[in-house]
Order: sequence, then C-alpha cells, then structure tokens
Amino acid sequence: MRAFVRQLRPALLVFVALTAICGVVYPLVVTAIGQTAFHYRANGSLVRRNGALVGSELLGQTFTAPGYFHGRPSALTDTPIAQVSGASNLGPTSDELAAAVRQRVTAYRAENGLPATQLVPVDAVTASGSGLDPHISVANARLQAGRVATARGLPVDQVMALIAHHVDGRMLGVLGEPGVNVLRLNLALDALRSNQ
Amino acid sequence: MSWQAILQAGALALALFITVPPLGNYLAAVYGARHGVDRAPGERVFGPVERLVYRTMRIDPRREQRWTAYAASMLAFSMVSVLGLYLLVRLQGSLPGNPGHRPSMSPAGAFNTAISFVTNTNWQWYAGEVSASHLIQMLGLAVQNVVSAAAGMAVAVALIRGVVRAGTNQLGNFWVDLVRTVVRVLLPLCLVFSVVLVSQGVVQNLRGDRVVATLDSGASTTQHIPGGPVASQEAPKMLGTNGGGFYNANSAHPFENPNPLTNLLEIWALLLIPFAMVGAFGRLVGDRRQAKVLALVMAGILVLITSLASFAEQSGNPRLNALGVDQSMSIQQSGGNLEGKEVRIGAAGCGLFAGPTTGTSTGAVNCAHDSMTPLGGLAPMVHMMFGEISPGGVGVGLMGLLIYALLAVFIAGLMVGRTPEYLGKRIQAAEMKLLTLYILAMPLALLGFAATAVVLRSAHTYQAGPHGLSEVLYNYASAANNNGSAFGGQNTATTWYMSTQGVAMLIGRFFTIVPALAIGGSLAAKPKVPVTAGTMPTNTALFAGLLAGVAVIVAGLTFFPALALGPILEHLKL
Repeated sequence: MRAFVRQLRPALLVFVALTAICGVVYPLVVTAIGQTAFHYRANGSLVRRNGALVGSELLGQTFTAPGYFHGRPSALTDTPIAQVSGASNLGPTSDELAAAVRQRVTAYRAENGLPATQLVPVDAVTASGSGLDPHISVANARLQAGRVATARGLPVDQVMALIAHHVDGRMLGVLGEPGVNVLRLNLALDALRSNQ
Repeated sequence: MSWQAILQAGALALALFITVPPLGNYLAAVYGARHGVDRAPGERVFGPVERLVYRTMRIDPRREQRWTAYAASMLAFSMVSVLGLYLLVRLQGSLPGNPGHRPSMSPAGAFNTAISFVTNTNWQWYAGEVSASHLIQMLGLAVQNVVSAAAGMAVAVALIRGVVRAGTNQLGNFWVDLVRTVVRVLLPLCLVFSVVLVSQGVVQNLRGDRVVATLDSGASTTQHIPGGPVASQEAPKMLGTNGGGFYNANSAHPFENPNPLTNLLEIWALLLIPFAMVGAFGRLVGDRRQAKVLALVMAGILVLITSLASFAEQSGNPRLNALGVDQSMSIQQSGGNLEGKEVRIGAAGCGLFAGPTTGTSTGAVNCAHDSMTPLGGLAPMVHMMFGEISPGGVGVGLMGLLIYALLAVFIAGLMVGRTPEYLGKRIQAAEMKLLTLYILAMPLALLGFAATAVVLRSAHTYQAGPHGLSEVLYNYASAANNNGSAFGGQNTATTWYMSTQGVAMLIGRFFTIVPALAIGGSLAAKPKVPVTAGTMPTNTALFAGLLAGVAVIVAGLTFFPALALGPILEHLKL
C-alpha cells in the first residue's frame, strides 16, 4: 500500500504532462494542419449553391418531393440540441424490423408505380448505419428514375444518363461498394432545370 | 462475396504484411534500449520531450522496478486517470470548449465513462453528439485513447522482459515505458494518420453544429452538420485499439469514415500495433520463429471469424426475402443484409471490420452489430469471448496469447509427464495459480453479470426472444473484454448497466494485467534452463495447433451453453 501511495505523485504529474501533450498540443497541431492544407475537407465538405449552404456532400438528407431522388430510410433522431446519428439496431428476427420493411416495400412500389411483384432493392427499405448514408445503390436510383423524370418533365433516358454519371465507384477498383450520391445527383437535376 | 470484396481483404493483408515487420523492429528498438545506456531510435527528436516529462515528474528514468512497483505505478496512473476523467465529464457543462451546450454527465454515467476510457474499453452508454463537448473529447477522451493504449503496451513489455531476463527481480520502469510509447510510437503515428484522415474528409475543426435548410423544401427539415476535432481523435481511436466514436454512429458516420479508403485504413490501423508487438516480441526474445507461431494463431482465428461475419452478412437476412426485398448481389447493387449498414461500405465490408474490431479490443463499428444476422453477430461475439487474443488490444493482446501459451505448454507437459518450459523458463505452481486467476476473471465477470441481468426485472431492457439474450451476452462480453462495441438495441443507459459494466471493465482490465505482471516477476527471477532433447519446441506448427486448440477449448467450454440459447437458437429459428 505504501508503494502505491508513493506512486501517486508521479502519476498525477505524468497525467498532467501527457494531457497537455496529447490533449492540447496534438489536436491543435492537427487542426492547424487540417485547416491549412485541407480546408474544404476539414470543415465538412460543405456544398453551396448560389452562395447558400445546402449541406455536406458526405451527409445524406431527407428528400420527399417526387422530383428528387430519395435517400435511404434513416434512424437519425432529433433532440433539442443536436441530431444524433445511428442505426435502428433492430435485431434480424425482430417483428418491428419486419413490419417496417413490409411497410417501406409497399410505399416504395406505390411511389414509383412499380408492380406488386417487383423486388425492391435492399438499400431502399433498410435503415442505414449512420442515419446519414449519402448513397443509394444504382438499382435503387434506376427504379426511381421514372418517377423523377415524370415529375420534372424530362426524358427518362436523360435521368438515367445523369445517374450513370453520378456513380461513386469502388476506390482503386476493389475497395468498398459502388453507390450514387443522392445530394449531388439532385443538385445536378436542379442545375439541369435552371439551364433550360 | 464479390471478387472485389475478396481482393479488398487481400489488400488489407498485404498492407499489414508490408508495414508490420518494420514497426515491430522499431518497437523492439524502443523497448530494448536501456535509458542512458543505449540510444533509442529518434533520440534527437524525442529525447528532449521525454526528459522534460521525467523532470516534471521528478523520477529517475534509470531506476527499474520490481513487478509490485511496476503494477503499483500502473494502478496509480489508472486511478488518477479515472478520477481526472470523472471530474472532467462531471463538470463539462460549466467548462469552456462546449459550443453545442452538452450538459454534465450523471454520477453513474461519469463513473462508467471514466472507467471505460481508462481501461481502453471505450464503451459508450451515451451519444457523442449530445453528451460530449469538444473540450472533453480532446482533453479527456482523446488523451485516454493514447495513454490507455500506452499503458497496455508497457505491461506487455514488462511481461516480455520477465521471459527474457533471468535471475533478476527488475521488470523495467513503468513511467519510462509509458512515456516512450506515447512520445516515440503513438503520437507520431497518430499525427500522420489523422492528417491522412482529414485529407479524405474526416472533419477537424472546433466549431459547433451548423444548421442548414435542406435542399428539398418540401421535406421542410433542417440538417445539423456537426463539427469537432474528429480526425485527431479518430487516429488514436484506431491505432490504440480504443474504438470510442466521436459521433454515435462511430465509424459508420461519414465524418468519421467518409469513404472505402478510410474504411480500409481504419481496419489496417487497428491491427497494426497488435501484430507489430508480436514482431517486437520475436526480436526481444531473439527467436523470430516464436513470434511467427503466435502471429499464425492470431491470424488464423482472425481470418476464420472475419470470413464467417462477411459471408453471413453478404448472404442477407432470410426473413426479408419473403417481404419482396432483393438482397442479391448484382452489377447494380452490392446486396446482403443492409439494415444498419452504409452503401459505400456494404455487407462484406461490415464483416471485414467486425472481425478485426472484436479480435482486438477496439470496438469501433462501421455497421450496427445488433442488426447483423444471427451468425454474423455470433462471429464478433465469439471473437471477444476468446479473450481478445486474435490479435488482441495493443499490448494486452500479446499478453493474453502469451498466457495461453503458458497454459498450452503446461497441458502438453502434463501429457508427457515433464515440467513444462516456455522459452527456457520452468512453468511451476506459482505461475499456474496466477494464470488460473487471469483466465477466470473475464468469464466470471461476463457470465456472472449477464446471468444476474437476465433474472433482474429492472435490467430487462433488451429485445424479445433469443436475440435479447444475445444482446445481454454481447454487451457484457464487450465490457469484460474491454472491447467497447455494442449490440446497441439494448438500453444500457440505466444505473444498473452503467455501474455493473463499469465493474466488469475494471475486472477485465486489472484482474488480467496484475496477474500477468506477477507472472512476469516470477519468471524474471528464474534461471534459464538449457534446451535438451526433452524440451518441447514452441516455435513449430505443432505448437501453433496446440495453442489454438487450447484457446478454442477454453472459450468453447466456458461459453457454448450460453451461446446455444442466444445466437445459435436465433439462427435455428430463422
């Protein structure tokens, strides 16, 4: 016990010293480097349109209008001071999960005018890991193309071409999975309209 | 599984193959250098910083410690850290650096969080977005991300010294090992890694949330774009096998893990030091084949578990097929069970992360483990129940497998009727008693608390059916093994769970480290016995098989009955 008590003073001093190094100097150095060398990335990859901030290219948003592509279901929760990211955390055999998916499948088919036999891409009816997934699968985007084209009075082919143009492929050819960035795709759709 | 997913795993293995050996050599040089006698690498840069810290502490870095003093230093440092962190999170509401107005934590919440980050667990009962200010993330949590890792590496080095040295009671100096690890290993790596992460989109600023009107005015929602010093915390989170997320979604959050490249780098980072410690072990004991045997066992279990998780998730959830959901893999979608997963990472990418994060004591997640298929979720759960030896947390993983190696030589010794030896040290009654203590601590905490929780009505915060038992088992396995990942569907923000998990984390950390240090002290005092024809070699494939077998049997006998009623039953009911 005496040995332990004797160690308390160096313990306290090294705690303070290492807190200064690891908790003040180190993060501030990283912040300085990040803000200087990677200003856009370090501040959240913010997207602006006509000067106004509309979001981050890395974060998914809620879209409900038929003329916009819709992102994945989200378990994001709103609190008075912040939005909390996260997943539903429903277990694979949960009845609640089955009910939610059943309802989303029906809604997806109705919204996009699809037959009752149409299989629905899994990413369209399952909640993402962060609640902020910026991507949807190509299959999901293509099934929504008809609805978007009708709502905007565009030829379907043009919308399909736009989808193909906005696919984020696997990095280095093998890393991760391909997906369509919904915010960037929708911004491109809006830009199309303002150009006409 | 797509061929790209398999190549992705191959790329990870290749990256480790290239980077682990040089880091192992560097670690061996750092730990092998005696203060004031040999020059540790990078003396010109790091020496002055270290000497400044030693002067502040008023300790003599040349003085070595017996195992009791070494353990006392480690415990004193941990206790001061727990108290310091407890005060910080309790007072956070009144401290500056809190642009998001996060309130102070409750006593039970602060108790849990302080223990969690000091024991390298990083279990989080809270959501970072609403519960931790920027100041606390930097000054409290990120600091422990670095120093708790360093403490784990220090005790592993002390155990190695116990094996290497003979006829002494000195195991090194905890303060020197701690400070050297921080200054020469962790901080330089973290600095480089965090800048790489920023370049890919991990945020690093000191702002609060920006609230923006979303593009679709019909959805009439605003979006919070969070800020924070994320990259500087993400780097030690992975390199130090900590795993505590800046945000609630952890490495599924695009600001913590923005793209497939960062995803792979994060997996690489959490495996790097645990494997490099094995390389350092080989150097320090002067027989690299000994290290190869340990690395082989670690990698073997890791690959099996990771494959199981990846295949199970890519196969999808059979219950969803009946609802008209397409989970197949095609050119247009990656498919699989995507509940709780991100499109850019995919089902296979979730498995590739879930294996390493539970084989080490990391516990970061890039998908919701609770929503994995029964077998996909079984994989990370079992991985923790092995005691995290494949390859385990920084330092403590190597320590754990060395303990299993002693058990393996003991069992082999019993079979042939000879006194067991490991690396020239006789393993006798004193070591075996301590070893039993080490092996029993984690299962006792895990199963004891889990069993109590399921009979307590007030602790009934889990989902219905066998999945509920899986949640309880997973979450205590996570606490007792200092992992920190969760089956997040269970509400663990109750006083019962916050306090019992706090105790489980303490048991899992210190009831293993202290016996291991005692074993180190006992081994250091023994003379080296010469190798004879009767010595069982421990650097052969046969021993690797024996070692893996012992680990599997110990974990299997302990946990199979509980697993049968949880994930296995749930799988059969699919």
